[in-house]
Amino acid sequence: MKAIITVIGKDQVGIMYGVSGVLNDLGVNIEDVTQTIMQEYFTMLMLVNIDEAKAGFKQLRDALEELGQEKGLSIRIQKEEIFDTMHKI
Amino acid sequence: MAIYKDVLETIHMLERENLDIRTTTMGISLLDCFGRDHKAAAGRVYDKITRLAKDLVQTANEVGDEYGISIVNKRISVTPIALANASSTEEWLLYAKALDDAAKAVGIDIIGGFSALVHKGCTASDETFIDAIPYALAETSNMCSSINLGSTKSGINMDAVRKMGPMIKKTAYLTREQNSFGCAKFVAFANAVEDNPFMAGAFHGVGEAENVINVGVSGPGVVRTALQGMEDATADEIAEVIKQTAFKITRAGQLIGREVSSRLGIPFGILDLSLAPTPAIGDSVAEILEVMGLERCGAHGSTAALAMLTDAVKKGGIMASGHVGGLSGAFIPVSEDNRMIAAVEDGCLTFDKLEAMTSVCSVGLDMIAIPGDTPDETISAMIADEAAIGVINNKTTAVRVVPVYGMKAGDKVDWGGLFGSAPVMEVNGFDSSRFIGRGGRIPAPVHSFKN
Repeated sequence: MKAIITVIGKDQVGIMYGVSGVLNDLGVNIEDVTQTIMQEYFTMLMLVNIDEAKAGFKQLRDALEELGQEKGLSIRIQKEEIFDTMHKI
Repeated sequence: MAIYKDVLETIHMLERENLDIRTTTMGISLLDCFGRDHKAAAGRVYDKITRLAKDLVQTANEVGDEYGISIVNKRISVTPIALANASSTEEWLLYAKALDDAAKAVGIDIIGGFSALVHKGCTASDETFIDAIPYALAETSNMCSSINLGSTKSGINMDAVRKMGPMIKKTAYLTREQNSFGCAKFVAFANAVEDNPFMAGAFHGVGEAENVINVGVSGPGVVRTALQGMEDATADEIAEVIKQTAFKITRAGQLIGREVSSRLGIPFGILDLSLAPTPAIGDSVAEILEVMGLERCGAHGSTAALAMLTDAVKKGGIMASGHVGGLSGAFIPVSEDNRMIAAVEDGCLTFDKLEAMTSVCSVGLDMIAIPGDTPDETISAMIADEAAIGVINNKTTAVRVVPVYGMKAGDKVDWGGLFGSAPVMEVNGFDSSRFIGRGGRIPAPVHSFKN
């Protein structure tokens, strides 16, 4: 199953390092990454595969949220289906 | 990747524009619970609800977390309780308490279905049920009640309409310590729908299955934002954007609803896309009308703007979901919409204009505070007017007015939370009592020669 991680906040050193570290620990594979600065905010979108994850969705979400709080970023993980469903006929 | 643009748009809707799943409502049939021994029957009602809905809240929260979209309310609707055929207030209160206790036990927000369908006439049992409603609303906290008083096929039951004024006033009196809040939990319908997931009017109709999951989606803020920056657009261009936006919102609701229903092993019923405002800033239907170009909601042109909005929302929703039902459209509850409150306070939005707007919105006169000394017959007459709009135009209409005990026009009442606060509105002071006193039935309207 695929999920999308969105990271939005003030640009700083170590965002990618932090997020990929959490994903590595929990056995989540990163399939695609894109990042940009939008309206002064660092915005990173990541497509991940959670089939082999060592943790449940809730644990993964909590771990990312914790990292977000530590770094002052908004980090969300959502199943990919929601975006597909909303924007495709 | 193209999907990333969509991701950011969705995140924006969720974070800035209050897109949410307003309610997941589990419909439960209680027909197998009723019987002659009302104490035992109320016990069966409690047992069935708590058994079927025990995982509702947890499942809805889990699904919401995984898709990153919050399900704000978890609710239950049940078979109209008036079918239990009891015959005294004491007996009816057994059921009211069973519903309220079950709602609290499973941790849901509100349970609906303390209801009766009397659009053609009242049984002896229905008469006692209506008398019991004020006590039931005063003695419970999480239970809502509704009555269907008319339908396009059968006309309007004016005997029951006549009873509504005194009943609502009594509820206002019994709950006077909470600013007559009991009345906010009661709605009088015409053409009530059996699968509506929104409160206060949700009940699980007798034509429904044993158990079903209905979902209500909202998002006035999303529609408003979509229309911003369209200053030079024509009306049809605006309608098109509303339609597309409604499509996206509905799809999110459809996905969540199906997921909740499959995890609970309960069939998915319908999706109701209704733009339902909350007191939160930016979550307002009136503001959409302002963005369309009206100085305030209630100005001339408001009915036309609301008609276009409601219709475009329905069109987008119908395209997006396999089963659209409920009320689907736009709600205009005064106390729950901060721009509507402002319009009343500015003197722009009057009771009469609201009534006109209800002929094109998806429900009716909703969450309107009126003076506590409004005569019984005047309240019944308001309900008769609203029922007539619904019956003649083949649409659902409803009245949820609160005659706030001890308050007069211009005062402000605050109920807190989702129910918001409202200025007490002035009502027409001329007398309607002779008309209401007649009772009887207004015959079903002709279905042809519609001019």
